[in-house]
Amino acid sequence: MMTGTANIRELVTRNIRTSGIYIAFVLIVAFFAILTNGTLLSATNVTNIVLQYSYILILAIGMVIVIIAGHIDLSVGSVVALTGAVSAVLVIKQGVPWWGGVIAALIVGLLVGAWQGFWVAFVGIPAFITTLAGMLLFRGLTLLVLGNISLSPFPPVYTKIAAGFQNGLLGGQGFDVFTVVIFAIAVAGYAFSAIRGRRNRIAYNQTVEAAPLFVLRLVAVAAVVMWFGYQLSTARGLPNVLILLAFLVIAYTLVTTRSVFGRHVYAIGGNLSAAMLSGVKVRWVNFGIMLNMGFLAGIAGVVYSSRSNGAQPAAGNMFELDAIAACFIGGAAVTGGVGRVTGAIVGGLIMAVMSNGMQLMGIDQSVQSVVKGLVLLLAVAFDVYNKRRAGAR
Amino acid sequence: MSTNILEMRKITKTFPGVKALEDVELDVIDGEIHAICGENGAGKSTLMKVLSGVYPHGTYTGDIVFKGETVEFHSINDSEDKGIVIIHQELALVPYLSVAENIFLGNERRGSSGLIDWNRTNHEAMKLMAEVGLDENPLTPVSQLGVGKQQLIEIAKALSKEVQLLILDEPTSALNDDDSEHLLGLLRKLQERGIGSIMISHKLNEIEEIADRTTILRDGHTIETIDMAATEEPQERIIKGMVGRELENRYPKRDHKVGEEVLRVENWTVHHPTQPGRIVVDRASFNVKAGEVVGIAGVMGAGRTELAMSVFGRSYGRDITGEIYKRGELIKVRDVAEAISHGLAYATEDRKKYGLNLIQDIRTNISAAGLDKLSSNGWINGNEELKVAEEYRESMNIKTPSVLQTVGNLSGGNQQKVVLSKWIYSDADVMILDEPTRGIDVGAKYEIYTIINRLVAAGKAVIIISSELPELLGTCDRIYTLAFGRMTGEMPVADATQEVLMELMTQEREQEKMTEDKEVLS
Repeated sequence: MMTGTANIRELVTRNIRTSGIYIAFVLIVAFFAILTNGTLLSATNVTNIVLQYSYILILAIGMVIVIIAGHIDLSVGSVVALTGAVSAVLVIKQGVPWWGGVIAALIVGLLVGAWQGFWVAFVGIPAFITTLAGMLLFRGLTLLVLGNISLSPFPPVYTKIAAGFQNGLLGGQGFDVFTVVIFAIAVAGYAFSAIRGRRNRIAYNQTVEAAPLFVLRLVAVAAVVMWFGYQLSTARGLPNVLILLAFLVIAYTLVTTRSVFGRHVYAIGGNLSAAMLSGVKVRWVNFGIMLNMGFLAGIAGVVYSSRSNGAQPAAGNMFELDAIAACFIGGAAVTGGVGRVTGAIVGGLIMAVMSNGMQLMGIDQSVQSVVKGLVLLLAVAFDVYNKRRAGAR
Repeated sequence: MSTNILEMRKITKTFPGVKALEDVELDVIDGEIHAICGENGAGKSTLMKVLSGVYPHGTYTGDIVFKGETVEFHSINDSEDKGIVIIHQELALVPYLSVAENIFLGNERRGSSGLIDWNRTNHEAMKLMAEVGLDENPLTPVSQLGVGKQQLIEIAKALSKEVQLLILDEPTSALNDDDSEHLLGLLRKLQERGIGSIMISHKLNEIEEIADRTTILRDGHTIETIDMAATEEPQERIIKGMVGRELENRYPKRDHKVGEEVLRVENWTVHHPTQPGRIVVDRASFNVKAGEVVGIAGVMGAGRTELAMSVFGRSYGRDITGEIYKRGELIKVRDVAEAISHGLAYATEDRKKYGLNLIQDIRTNISAAGLDKLSSNGWINGNEELKVAEEYRESMNIKTPSVLQTVGNLSGGNQQKVVLSKWIYSDADVMILDEPTRGIDVGAKYEIYTIINRLVAAGKAVIIISSELPELLGTCDRIYTLAFGRMTGEMPVADATQEVLMELMTQEREQEKMTEDKEVLS
């Protein structure tokens, strides 16, 4: 009965919560692009933003899953520091090859995740407390591992992880052909899956957006992505970190939207009792969520240590707050059950563009902090307001 | 002689895309008990929210005339100032505050210094408690009292605000028979003192017993207001008005074809999860056969839900002993996942709290217990899932424009159909339905009974837990009675009457007093 197409207004009102964030992102980018006379969108700066905030985005992916399930993780900053420190000690001090450091960091991340998962899932300590303890615990262990001093530098091959580029593989003049080709393939893949998804929805009698609107959206996304790719290609090429990030985003989008595990995460966050009574093994799912967060914090630890070319006792300070803010700006609900990986990424990018834009304008650190705080507050206020309006009926 | 205390004239309230109320008229005579009836979604609650100022003046059209003057309420405070107090279905008490503190919450009794005068607070609370017949210490935390007593506290709270017109939204839906009786008695006593009430209710017996007049709403329109004393067979008239047609039979007929035994539970004993030594279910045994509907009758607090949930993968209680046999074989059911894999299903009495993920769509709720069937290697086949949801929308007649609709936006009847769809899709062959028609209107009830008939016709075994005896008598083949955790009787439906069942359900009442706490799933 409901085969049909939705017009723009319907789409916007229905998805204001999820689409509002994209509109806000575009507005913020435009705002800072104008204020910085276009410097924000210059090739080198776009590359910089990707490199500078990659580890926050990686953390946000794990954090949004934690938040959807109704938990929180305050320890990720400390875990980034600890995993980076372990890797640095092994690679710099012990002379272990670079991949040995990476593997060790990931294992430490998994162990941390298992430890916190045990307390949250099987003992039943609220994640807020468990990870608050973890924040202190793992910061302390970082200091112990490093013996209270910074370690640097890593061998060049290790720094390539975060600071390296895929460049010149196919040549090119003034821009890197390889980068552009990769982006073209990505756009084609996106278009293909969007078209297939739309066909499927039609076949199953679901509402889809009107065809012109759909095409417009595809073209707009393709244009933005290709522009972004071209900018990168005229600078230093395709950052390794971006490849890693793209892989993680795609993988975790699939996990949250298509896997049984992801479905169980939403079920637990939406209604814990109903999830239990539907046969969801709540404990194991919670354990898996924390384990995964530890793993991603390990990856972020590698990326951060690689980018900063060393390990410092104070590394990763306040990262947890940036990651959490990214999730909430990206539409995750404070009460759990709602949130998306793509939302968290866009939320993180909003934070990144704001920081970067304000840095370019030479705005003082203190003002930056005030602005970021207000944006977070307003984003959640918007969410609460929306919910109240929806609940008024 | 009889003047109207309240007149609502041509009330129209629209939400985006929906006309919830259209030109609704309501007259309440001073001092009468006025019932409002209607199916879920007919507009009863919306009308009361307009009256109490939840929807402020200006968001609707029409006039409210209270005691002869046209009033404009901008908030609940405005309406309470005039003496109109609404008691919502979900009680608004703070569990960890005392009875007295709750009664005067927002209306504190202060001394000359501006600080709370506790002696006066507790003293006045005791007077109000005596008025509503609540024999408790005013310092007791509300969480230690049952729902029935909490309801009385709400009324005491209303009295403290010098109420002139009391509005109750389904006040007895969560109460057992004794507490309901007490509440209705209290309403009558208030009426003698000149305080009238408006009562929203689905329970027609209750309405016939207490209401002077009844207004029927359907689809946002006033159908009629009937004088209960002057109407013959008022219940039939109300039903006809609510559904817009006559229901010849409230319980659809079915053929009884009972087969082999599917589930047998023996010597089932369950202890309270937090109070050691307290036995909630005591050596209960029962069985159910294919194609059979078995009822478990018991008052609230008898251990019905606890029995069902403990059988369903030990989701309630501790130190559980006893055996479960499926088709004659002893099975182990240690958690919900195992229960589901053995073909058990449990549809809870509290859909919103334990049954549904209200913020998710219909599709994911339907597939929640049957994801195994939709997935391979941990990945869900989303297209297949949509197809399944669409099939159930059709076959269960879930009234919604799309299966991507959020479940929280559905009416109670449609939510229950989603719960049943979930369990039918999980391939259960034993369905335990706990109060399957609670809070559901007459039309949807009929549909639920039809679904139950379809299930047993397909050879499933169904267990219905209910405190509505006419429902059990109308739907079951065989009925067990449960009192204070013990099975006190078993009989084919042909031998059962309400009186016989009620007697068995209340056996041994004087020996043990059990509180009606419902802290399942601690």
